Parts: sequence; C-alpha cells; structure tokens
Amino acid sequence: MSEDVTIDEGTGVDESVSPPSASERRQLHDMWAAGTEEPAWVVDSTSEGAQLMLPRDQASPGEVAEEGGTLVTDDRLYDDEQYEEETTILNMGPQHPSTHGVLRLQLELEGEIVRRVKPVIGYLHTGMEKTGETLTFLQGPTNVTRMDYLAPFHNELCFSLATEALLGVDLPPRAVAIRVLMTELNRVSSHLMWVATQGMDLGAVSMMIYGIRERELLQAFFEKTTGLRMNHNYIRPGGVAADLPDGWEEDVAGIIEKTPKGLDDYHDLLTHNPIFLGRTQGVGVITPEECFAYGITGPPLRAAGVDWDLRKSQPYSGIEEYDFDVPLGENGDVYDRYLVRMEEMRQSLRIVAQVAESMPAGDYRTEDLKVTPPPRKRIDESMEALIHHFKIFTEGFKVPAGEHYQAIEGPRGELGHYVVSVGEAKPWRLHCRTPSFAAVQALPVLMADQLIADSVAIIASMDPVLGDVDR
Amino acid sequence: MTDELDVSEHLPTTEDPVLPPPLAALAEAFADATIEDSATGQHVIRVPAAHLVEFAQAARDGGFEMFVDLTAVDYYRQRPGPRFDVVIVLVSLRHNLRLRVLVGVDGDVPAAPSITGVYMGANFYEREVFDLFGIDFTGHPDLTRIMLPDDWEGHPLRKDHPVGSVPIQFRDTHKVQ
Repeated sequence: MSEDVTIDEGTGVDESVSPPSASERRQLHDMWAAGTEEPAWVVDSTSEGAQLMLPRDQASPGEVAEEGGTLVTDDRLYDDEQYEEETTILNMGPQHPSTHGVLRLQLELEGEIVRRVKPVIGYLHTGMEKTGETLTFLQGPTNVTRMDYLAPFHNELCFSLATEALLGVDLPPRAVAIRVLMTELNRVSSHLMWVATQGMDLGAVSMMIYGIRERELLQAFFEKTTGLRMNHNYIRPGGVAADLPDGWEEDVAGIIEKTPKGLDDYHDLLTHNPIFLGRTQGVGVITPEECFAYGITGPPLRAAGVDWDLRKSQPYSGIEEYDFDVPLGENGDVYDRYLVRMEEMRQSLRIVAQVAESMPAGDYRTEDLKVTPPPRKRIDESMEALIHHFKIFTEGFKVPAGEHYQAIEGPRGELGHYVVSVGEAKPWRLHCRTPSFAAVQALPVLMADQLIADSVAIIASMDPVLGDVDR
Repeated sequence: MTDELDVSEHLPTTEDPVLPPPLAALAEAFADATIEDSATGQHVIRVPAAHLVEFAQAARDGGFEMFVDLTAVDYYRQRPGPRFDVVIVLVSLRHNLRLRVLVGVDGDVPAAPSITGVYMGANFYEREVFDLFGIDFTGHPDLTRIMLPDDWEGHPLRKDHPVGSVPIQFRDTHKVQ
C-alpha cells in the first residue's frame, strides 16, 4: 500500500482529503478483493449508523420490546435471561433473493431461533412524494404507478379518485366499469405473482413458473389495452386513457376460463401438500389486535378472521354494484393468508365476469372540458381546440383548494392517497399510505420466536413490494 | 297544496352537521378540539399538540381501534398559524368510520408528542416524518432516520428544501466514486 492512499476512519466528510485517483481506487479495490488488509472503508460505507440494531446490552428496553415484537401482546416463548450470552446478530439483505427487493433485516439469532428483528429500509427511496409535488395532476398517475409496481392500476385509481373528489367531476359509467375491470384483473395478477414467489421461497420452484405462466395472460391483456406491461398510466383523473381494445371480450373470457384452471393446479400442488402445510401452518401468526395496532390491512387482516374489506365497508368506484364474497381465515398464519389470497383471486374473477357482462356503452372519460382534452379531430378544425389541448397538457388543470384522503382496497391492503391542493395545477402535498410499509413494520411481531428458515415464508406471506415501502 | 311534505327538515344542513356518535363523544370530551370542514365530506378534527396523547388514548378507547396513517404537510408561507400539520388517520371498524386528526406544530425544531404509546404502528410513520420533515416526536423510543442515510443533512419534504442541484450526500462519495 502506498503512503499517499488515505483511509478515512471517521464518518464525517473531511474536506482536506482529495478524491483518490483512478489508480488509487484500483489499489483499494484490489486490497479489498485480496482481503490482505482490513478494508475499513468498505465496512463504513455499508453502515447505516443509528438505524442499525444494537446489541442487547446497549439497546433501550423500548427498542428491545419493539424488535422482539412484544409491544401489543407478549407472546414470547422464552425467558430473556436464559440465553442472553448466546445470541448473534445476522444481516439479511438488502441483496437477498427472498427479501422481495432491497429489504434489509437484522436478525438476532439464538441458534436457529430469531429473537429480535429490525427492518432497515430506504434503499429504494427516490423521493416520489416530493416528485409528486412537481408534477401536475394529469401527470400524477405516471409517478404513483411506479410505487407499487405489481399493482399499478390500484395506485393510479387511488390518485385519480382523490383528484376527482377535489375536482368534483362525475364519470361516465363506462369509465367506472373499465376501472373496476382493470383493477380487479390487477388484483389477480398481483396475487399470482405472490403465489409464485411464496412457492419459490418455500422451495417449490415450479410454482414460480406456473404463477408467471398464468400471469402472462393478464399481462398480455394489460399490454394490449394500455401499451405497457407495467407502469401503465392508464387510469387518469377524468376517466381512462383509452377505450378497451377491439376483441377485449374474448381476451377477458379467455382469462376467466384459463386462470381458474391454474388455480386448481396450485391447489392440487400446495393446499394439501404435507411439506407446504408443515412450513406454513402455525407460522407467522398475527392476531387481530396486533393488526389494528400496526395498521395491517388486506389479506393478512382477513386471514386473522376480521371481516374488513374496503370494497364492502367503504366502497369506491362503483364496486358495490357487483357481487362478491370476502374470504376469511381463522388463525392468521401463513397458511391462512395463502388460502385467503387464493380465494380472493376467484372472487376478483367473479367481479371481472360481471363487469364484462354488463359493460355499459358510452364515453370512457368525462365530458367535463376542464379535465378532458378535445378529441383529436377537433384539433384539426379549430384553433381554440388546439389551444385547449395545449394548455391541458402543459399547464394542467387547476384543482380547487382542499385536502382529501382516498382509501381503496389494494391487493396488499389499504392503499391511501392523501392529496392536498391549494388551488393550483400541482398538488401541494401528495402522501401515499402504502400497505407494504405497514407490513414491513410488523415483521418483528411475525418473525420473533420463529425459526430462521421460516422467516422467508413470513416475508413472502406479507407480500411487501419494496417500491411501495420506500417510495 | 297543504299536504305537501316539508323536506327541508330532513336535509342535512351545513351549520349543524350530524356527527357520528363516537366522534361527537370525542369532540365533547376535548373542548379545545375543533371539528374542521372538509371539502369532500370527510371527518376531520384538529387537536392541540399538548393533548394529542390523551386524545389518541380516548379515540382508541372510543372505538377507533385501527391506526392507519401518520404524515405531515408543510404549509410554508401558505397560511397564518403553525407551519406544519401532522396528519393522523384512524379507522373504527366497529362503526365503519374514518377520522383524520390534524395537529399543528411550529418552530425551527417543531415537536409533537409521540403516539407510539397508544398506537404502536405509529413508530415507523413518525420516523418517516422525522426524517423527511424534521418534526421531533417526543417520547418516541427510537427516533432515527428511516428513508435517508444516517448522515443526511436537511429534510427534503420541507417546502424550503431545494429541488435539484443538491450535492450528493452519501457517505464516502469522495473516496469511492
């Protein structure tokens, strides 16, 4: 090692240290790769400082209780005194295939038993709420659709409903029906992705292929309708971007016919499979009280036996016109969450069939000229129409001052968009309450006192999307 | 016609909106809490920061068992009075109600009491607001940054935080580029 290579041991930025040259960086890298000298700067640069889990003797009692998941109900099986000396803190992620993205978990282990868990998040934080403040209401769905990338239609719908509530526009029935159709199909595709990854995390690798196979049908339909396989920007304030494509009836009929056959296959493969039962039953139990305290909604809450579905209790976007059942579990474990989601897919397909049957004719976006640009044909004929078109897409439309919290039932639970407008074309504040954030927060409750091998099953069963967590 | 129905008494009036019983009980118990008008007909109540914890306790005991959301809004140069609003969303499953609680906080280092003692789920949400708005939640067990690196300077969701042309602040960028 040459003399002029400086290794800064501190954490602060020292202005006197000039940036290393390319050769110095190369040297440092070689030294690190060879492992001949302690690479202090590599250790430093992965440290999250105060966000990391502290050893038990340095952590406050509040932190220990939080990381041990005993704040609501103390269901700890073991005595703290018993094995205080024998614990190890193990880092899992952020580059771990079973953390469903860049989730980092610090696990305190006693043998194979997880004693404390601390999720460290933020690796995917891109400031999307701040970005939302710089985009107009018409551009907003482009931004929010990237948050939960497995349920883009739900994000767009939630933002659009919040904007429309502030605007006070009414939608034609066809736009509402198309929205229900697309979001319920999206729920199926999201749950299919979940069943694929849940199976793979438990060692059933073929489930990954089967789940993706069935999902492909839906993705192809999304691509045909919106032009994109994800990040669709299809549902917008004022309606949807385009009408359903020609031949959509056959596509939807094909999905309704083929997807349940896939679900039957999954039931044959998993539901009574002794290995699957052993890995999931009684694992990762969460009680209704813990769900309420931690804001856990959606399938995990219903798997705990609580009959709460926003589509039934606080309906939105005309969903109350369709018949469907809300499946409930009993034990709140991984297996019940599996059963609830499997049944939810069938119920969503039931809704889709009803929508396809009763799809009203008419316009696919509102006729309110304030939010809807003039038709393409009018632009060729009328100067005013051209100006109108130009103004909507550059300036946007002004939304009356006010604030609105819109909640919808996403595939992962309650998705809420809190939009504050001060009467301008851009939201003053856009906040997204995402179900994955609450799910990650509750991981200590679920994982404490479980085997480390079960931790991947538990993470998968909560179905977090890290784009949704970090935003 | 004399037998014409007088419908006016059945219509809700804006002056005296009928509050659902759990919310009316809360408003009665806390004299300094004010029911706010919502443009879209949602239930909004403003509570002074000093009484937030007692209010949260009363709300949880009064039926709002589920914690849903906690965030903040920076009304920088938008209104007189406190600059920030802490916004809490609670849900009552029993009464099928949704309540939004606003708490105004102000100052260079704005502070609000932490409600983690009542709703444990507020933990990560308060850390997020602390991280991105710089609002201090007194009584929080582990108030550290959650989204941004530990050594980040500033609070990006504040309105006076510039967008763009901000130097990259990640640790050790001067060494490993």
